[in-house]
Amino acid sequence: MLREYAPLLLLVGIVIVSAVAMIGLSHAIQTRRPTQVKGMPYESGMPALGGTRDRFSVKFYLVAMLFIVFDLEAVFMIPWAVSFRQLGLLGLIEMLVFVLILLVAYIYVWKRGALEWE
Amino acid sequence: MTPELKGFLLLAAIKVVVGFGGLLLAVALVTWLERRQAGFHQDRLGPNRVGPKGLFQPIADGIKNFIKEELVPADADKFLFLIAPALVFTPALLLFAVIPFAAPLPVSFDFELPVVGRFVHDGVMPMMVADLPVGLLFVLAISSIGVYGIVLAGWASNSKYSFLGGLRSSAQMVSYEVALGLSVISVFILAGDVTLSGIVENQQQKLWYVFPLALGFALFVVSALAETNRLPFDLPEAESELVFGYHTEYSAMKFAMFFLGEYAALITMAALMATLFFGGWDIPFTTWDESEPSLLKTALTFGAFATKTVFFVFMYIWIRWSLPRFRYDQLMALGWKVLLPAALSYLMLLSGAIWALEQLGIEQGPLYGFILCIVNLPAIYALFWVIDSGRLVFGQRLQRRTMN
Repeated sequence: MLREYAPLLLLVGIVIVSAVAMIGLSHAIQTRRPTQVKGMPYESGMPALGGTRDRFSVKFYLVAMLFIVFDLEAVFMIPWAVSFRQLGLLGLIEMLVFVLILLVAYIYVWKRGALEWE
Repeated sequence: MTPELKGFLLLAAIKVVVGFGGLLLAVALVTWLERRQAGFHQDRLGPNRVGPKGLFQPIADGIKNFIKEELVPADADKFLFLIAPALVFTPALLLFAVIPFAAPLPVSFDFELPVVGRFVHDGVMPMMVADLPVGLLFVLAISSIGVYGIVLAGWASNSKYSFLGGLRSSAQMVSYEVALGLSVISVFILAGDVTLSGIVENQQQKLWYVFPLALGFALFVVSALAETNRLPFDLPEAESELVFGYHTEYSAMKFAMFFLGEYAALITMAALMATLFFGGWDIPFTTWDESEPSLLKTALTFGAFATKTVFFVFMYIWIRWSLPRFRYDQLMALGWKVLLPAALSYLMLLSGAIWALEQLGIEQGPLYGFILCIVNLPAIYALFWVIDSGRLVFGQRLQRRTMN
């Protein structure tokens, strides 16, 4: 039923219009007197030291990669959960096997230290 | 366009406008409630000058934010800096679209307007903005988009505090999204449906899911707290170390939009807790609300839904002003080492128990709920034992101290 999506489109439109209006109107009303000091990035009152977009911990990449694996797995489980009653025992056992395989990967990831933060 | 389609679109337009306005009003009231309740918890008054009991404080704040000077840091990525607040604001305000906030209302009309033609609607109107067939999956999908806004805000600001806040926030939201998604799957198993109207209907006729899915509810609450960056998981903001996290450099209306988005997400999460586990608009201990739809029924069920949602918002704020903040490694350890395996093994335990119950021919009802509730108890005990021993989350065994 594609008809059900029509109100959603309307809502998306209203939200985007109101977001643009909020930024645009306040931009039009306010007075701006930028100075060099005001434009400095905030660093607790000190002059900023060094660049911001430097290298950062590789841990964040690891978390993102792990997220993809485990979230995909959650996505696989949703159709299984919805048709749980039709699938019966076979579906249950299949999901158990799937989760056990995943568990092996999970233990590997843990033992390799991907979940540790110092 | 047929007259029926026009009637449907007219009702949809009314629901969208009323729902959007209502949510913004609710956000304003919740910001007021947060500050008043904070005062209450800390034995002080909170804002009480603007209007009766300080009720107009959010309006005053809004006007102030609207006319304040906006600062854009030097070397900031201007375009990303501009769209980041909109990217947080937009998804947060879309989420409520699929949540049913009252019992269906019978609406019949048939009238003709000069230019646009005839409008016809006959039958019941579901009291939600869009009764999508994908239901809760829409919430899971759209709430992930909010992460982009936060990451881009941190990146675009060219400030170290913002950058660290944005990074931390993205890693945190991504980690707890897994646990959130897995805790919701237990609801899907019990309901056999992903639409929220179907889930509410199922609970209303049979039993509230908080009893058979007690641990699922606990996991949902914890991951919802982390998803909305609220204490005890507000590491992205962490005033004591990161100033204000990813919106350190934001001021005026752009800051207000982050603020609106956060509180809209909070209200939606509270409404989801009520909808998924506490029967949505169901009025407990009555079978009257299964009767024919009527205006009175819609009004009363809306009251029930609002009461439950306000209770969960209250609980959110209560938690915020009661618990200290986690350390970042503890936060990630709780998400990956405790909540993820707990949610997965809980799902397996629960699906096994449900399969056994249905093999025995027990219908969904009080007995069914009671047995599943008992199945939950050892799982809850095991989870609390793991968290309490402190090995996984805190890295070492907690030292027990006796109070003298």
